Amino acid sequence: MDKSTLRYIMRRLLISIVTLFVIVFVLFLMLKLMPGTPFNDEKLTEAQRAQIYASYGLDKPVLTQFFIYVGNMLKGDFGISFAIQRNMPVAALVGPRIGISFGLGIGAVFIGTIFGLILGIVAALNRNHFWDSFATILSVIGVSIPSFVVCLLLLILLGVQFPVLPVIYNNSAPFKSAIIPMLAMSLGVIANVARFTRSEMIEVLGSEYILLAQAKGISRRRLIWMHAIRNCLIPVITVLGPIIVGLMTGSMVIEKICAIPGLGSLLVKAIEVRDYNVILAISFLYSALYIAVMLIIDVLYGIIDPRIRLGKGDA
Amino acid sequence: MAKEISTQKELDEFLEGYHVLDQDYELIDIPTRLDHDEVVPSSSFMHDVWVRFKSNKGALIGGAIILLFIILSFVCPMLSHYSFDAVNTAEQSMAPRIPGLEWISWFNGQGGIRQYTGEFANAYHYFGTDVLGRDLWVRCWEGCRISLFVAGTAVLVNVFIGIVYGMISGYFGGIVDSIMQRFQEVVNSIPTLVILTLLLLIMKPGLYTIIVALILTEWIGMARVTRAQVLKIKEEEFILASKTLGASGFFIIFKKVLPNIFGQIIIMAMFSIPNAIFYEAFLAMVGLGVPAPQASLGSLINDGFKSILVTPYLVIIPVVILGILMLSFNLLADGLRDAFDPKMKEM
Repeated sequence: MDKSTLRYIMRRLLISIVTLFVIVFVLFLMLKLMPGTPFNDEKLTEAQRAQIYASYGLDKPVLTQFFIYVGNMLKGDFGISFAIQRNMPVAALVGPRIGISFGLGIGAVFIGTIFGLILGIVAALNRNHFWDSFATILSVIGVSIPSFVVCLLLLILLGVQFPVLPVIYNNSAPFKSAIIPMLAMSLGVIANVARFTRSEMIEVLGSEYILLAQAKGISRRRLIWMHAIRNCLIPVITVLGPIIVGLMTGSMVIEKICAIPGLGSLLVKAIEVRDYNVILAISFLYSALYIAVMLIIDVLYGIIDPRIRLGKGDA
Repeated sequence: MAKEISTQKELDEFLEGYHVLDQDYELIDIPTRLDHDEVVPSSSFMHDVWVRFKSNKGALIGGAIILLFIILSFVCPMLSHYSFDAVNTAEQSMAPRIPGLEWISWFNGQGGIRQYTGEFANAYHYFGTDVLGRDLWVRCWEGCRISLFVAGTAVLVNVFIGIVYGMISGYFGGIVDSIMQRFQEVVNSIPTLVILTLLLLIMKPGLYTIIVALILTEWIGMARVTRAQVLKIKEEEFILASKTLGASGFFIIFKKVLPNIFGQIIIMAMFSIPNAIFYEAFLAMVGLGVPAPQASLGSLINDGFKSILVTPYLVIIPVVILGILMLSFNLLADGLRDAFDPKMKEM
């Protein structure tokens, strides 16, 4: 790794940290501006309310509150929940749900990428034949139709009409109940990856070095495996970023539909009852994940293909 | 193999001994009429675009379906004698029943909570009714119109903001561009999900809040495309020519740059409409949709979902409409992209 690569990574890292800080600040301010309070019990007197505010540190100036919050956050303390589970630490509330949500997401990305790659490559190798049309139709459908729509249709088909899978997430059978949401989430990934891989593969197959390799007389299998596929894999990394981000949004609704006890459903609940600290923690988590994914993909891509960063200051 | 020629002398010797024989060449008989000059009429760019667009069946079908849906969404609520917000508990959760299609088991009106008996023996709810006895046919098209309105308005405003932002950033460059780019970068790093949820907390859920939310999150893509296009066009020679002739920056931006990036903007706008429809539905699904009794496709799906086990048609019908609508917009956008920019076809 040369010096400029290192500088590039440092610069991206710095921007990411600043962005994350800005996000936390904006989130914090917005939540302070939010109408309503978690303590709107009518039985509370003014004095009692002031006392509650003081005990949660909500009476201090906003900026002081912010710095206290950030200080605690760095120590891994995200405050306590006001409404969902009164006085329960947010970290304890959020912690067990992270695994469920991320497990689903990673599973969907994994399945989707593998099947998408296979479909895209097969389509590109059999241009204008059955598999190509199949891949094209599937990707148009997968790209256009939101994952929760697919999830609902699958639920009706496999849960209601032919009850082979549970409709509602069952903690005792996590694998069986994860099938429908995972299928629904991976369809979009398959579509996106297949679409991109196909066009990339076609471009690679038409390039001059493939012609040269053919002219050298290497076997078709070797040509495809060693020369074509390897080179079409690199750009596919770039589409994974937006895909993962899209999955995050989609999973929120899917978690609600399938009653999965994940982050998304907790966020929805927290918004409904105005539980500041929970909203902040989950939003922060989502933002951090988003920025981390973007950063990793940018850096990875910058290392694999150094031409990318040239002249692309806004990467 | 022939003798290798490496020196000038060898070449000279070779050429000396080389004679062209009659049988070395043969005439290929192509009947060319040299006296006839074929005139190919020149066609304008927009005409080319139209010709390419017409040849794309998927795009035409998509466009036709969108047009049909728009017409239906205006006409159906007007023609039906049911109203989208008329609650009638006597007609609660009736199954779909369409005259003439009763032989299909989906549309025979059987299976709902209330049956088509007694005073409703001759009633027809094409898509059935919801838990409050509201006619779903009318509500679906009403919802379709609201979803389209939300998406359309948001995209229009986005195009405007995106063009202005992208043009200023791209055309003037330098420090202005730097600052605007950093700002865009930071805003872009906040997940849409987080922006949407927080914004809807501060503002009251409603039609215009959703539009504002969509504008706040979606303008960036438009601005980025515009900037990239402006940066490309700026270096072209006709811009230099215009500058040399003393044209003002204002004139160049509106008369020279804008017309050249128009195709890209239309493509981008078409792609962001289904996106906006999706986000509207998404917001409704997380409980931040249009307030009742108004209907949007998202809120209909959300309502229907509550009784998915008893009356699945309440969710299937709006879901299918939403799916078809988004598919059509994507097909249309694909077709437009190929028509405006055939080089992008393989992408």
